[in-house]
Amino acid sequence: MREVGIIAYAQSPQIRQERALNEVEMLMPMLKVALVESGLTMDDIDFVCSGSCDYIAGGAFSFVGAVDALGATPCKMESHVEMDAAWALYESWLKIQSGEIKTALIYGFGKSSVGSLPDIMSQQLDPYYMAPLWPDSISLAALQANTLLQTGRYNEEDFAAVVVDSRRKAKANDNAQLFGDVSIEQLLAEPYIASPLRRHDCCPITDGVSVMIIAEKSVATKQCERPAFIRGIDHRMEVHQLGLRQLAESTSTTLALEKVKEQSGIGSGGVDIAEIYAPFSPQTLILKDALGLTDTVNINPSGGALAGHIMMTAGLDRMGMAYRAISEGQANRALCHATSGPCLQHNMVSVLEGI
Amino acid sequence: MNSSSSNQILEADFELGFTYTRSPGIIIGKFLAALKQKKLYGIRGSDGSVLFPPTEYDPRTAASLNDFVPVSAEGEIVSWTWIETPREHHQVKGPFAFALIKLDGADTPFLHRLFCDDASSISAGMKVKVDWNDDRCGAITDIRGFVPLTATVGNF
Repeated sequence: MREVGIIAYAQSPQIRQERALNEVEMLMPMLKVALVESGLTMDDIDFVCSGSCDYIAGGAFSFVGAVDALGATPCKMESHVEMDAAWALYESWLKIQSGEIKTALIYGFGKSSVGSLPDIMSQQLDPYYMAPLWPDSISLAALQANTLLQTGRYNEEDFAAVVVDSRRKAKANDNAQLFGDVSIEQLLAEPYIASPLRRHDCCPITDGVSVMIIAEKSVATKQCERPAFIRGIDHRMEVHQLGLRQLAESTSTTLALEKVKEQSGIGSGGVDIAEIYAPFSPQTLILKDALGLTDTVNINPSGGALAGHIMMTAGLDRMGMAYRAISEGQANRALCHATSGPCLQHNMVSVLEGI
Repeated sequence: MNSSSSNQILEADFELGFTYTRSPGIIIGKFLAALKQKKLYGIRGSDGSVLFPPTEYDPRTAASLNDFVPVSAEGEIVSWTWIETPREHHQVKGPFAFALIKLDGADTPFLHRLFCDDASSISAGMKVKVDWNDDRCGAITDIRGFVPLTATVGNF
C-alpha cells in the first residue's frame, strides 16, 4: 500500500444561512487557503475530486458549475461523487494507490438552507416502498433512535448527554454553529419533533464548503511538517430496506473497522481521538459501540456534526478535524468515520497517524 | 402560427414532468399489482424466512428470489416515531406515526404510517391492521396506513 498523507485542509464557517455567496463563491477562498497551506499551486495538483448532491441545489448536474471555482486553466483530470466528500477522498486515495497520480485536491459543498433538507433526503430512498411515503431524514433517525431505546442500552438522557458534550467541545471550534453550556435537564424539557428526537438531537442546517489536499508520501513529507498519514481506510454498505437491518447496531461500521485494523495494525484502542459523523445524537452511541470505543478516547473534540453539519462534506470534515488535531500535536492517532444513506446505511472508517 | 406577422412572440405549452414510464419489474411489479386487489405478498429468502415487502435478491446471499408467500393484513408494531406536527410532504392531516410493522406471516418489518389516538397508546408488539385506500393504483400508498386492530377503520 502506498502511503498517503493529508497535507492541507480548509473549512468555511458552518453558518445557518449564507445569504450572499453561491457555492462557487464560497469555495474559491477556501481553495486558496488549502493551496497556501500545502505550498502547492494548481499546477502541482494531479487530480481533483468533489462530493456534493444535485438535489440540494435543485438542478441536474449543478455540481459541474462548482468546477468554475478551480479556474479555467490549467486543465485538470476531474471527478465527482454524488456522495459525501469523504468518498471523493476515497476515490483520490485509490488513484494514488494505482500509481497514476501523486497529489489530489478534494472538495465538497452544501448549501442546505435553500431547501428543505429533511424532505429532500427522503428522495434518496427506494422509489417503490419508501420514497412515496416521504419519510423525512429526521423521522427515519427517530425510528432508529426508538429501536435503540428498546434495546435498553441507552435512554433519552444519554441522547441529551451527547448533545451537552458536543456543545461544550464546540466552544473551542471557531467554525462551529452550535456551542455553549447546556444541561441535560434543560434539553429534556424541550418538546419532541419526532419522538424520541428533539430538535437539539438533530444536526443543524448548515451552509459551507471544505477543501482538502492529500499527497503520496514523497510529496507529503516535503510539503508538510506533520502530515496525517492514512494508515487504513475501508467502507462497507448494508441493505437499503430498514426492516432488513439491525438498526440499533452498525454492522457495516464494525466490518469496515476490522478491515482497517488489518491494513493498519491499529484498532480503536490505539487511538487518541475519534471523529465520528453522527448527524443525530443516538447515532453517536450506536457508532461508539460499533467501533468499540471506550471512554479513554476523546470522541468528537471538534463537537462533531451536531455542532455544524455541511451536508456532503461532514464526513470529509471528520478527517479534516482529525488532521488538524494531529498536525497541531494534540493527537498522534485518530479514528475517523463517515456515513451516507438513511439510518447509517453506508459507513467509512479510517485511521490517521502523525509522524 | 401566423406567418404574416414577423415580430410575433412564439409560445408553446410546457409541462414539467417525466416523458417516460418505467416498469417496476416482475417482483416489485407483482407485489404492487396485488395491492390493488387488497392482497399482500412477501417473498421467501434464501434462509426460508419471508421478506416483506419482496426484494428481487436475497440481502445476504444475493440469490435471485421468486417464491411469493401471502401474508396477513394484520401485524404488530416493532418501532415507531410519533409526529405531532406533520410536514407538508407527509400528506396527512393530523398527528401520526411512522412505524416499522411486521405483518403476520412475514419475518421482516417494513415502513408505513400508523394512525391512532396519541403517542402513549403505542407500544412494541401492539396489534395493528391495514387501512386500505379506496382508490388504489398499484402503489405502496394503496395502503393508507395502519390502525390499531381494535379500531374502526375510518376513525383516523
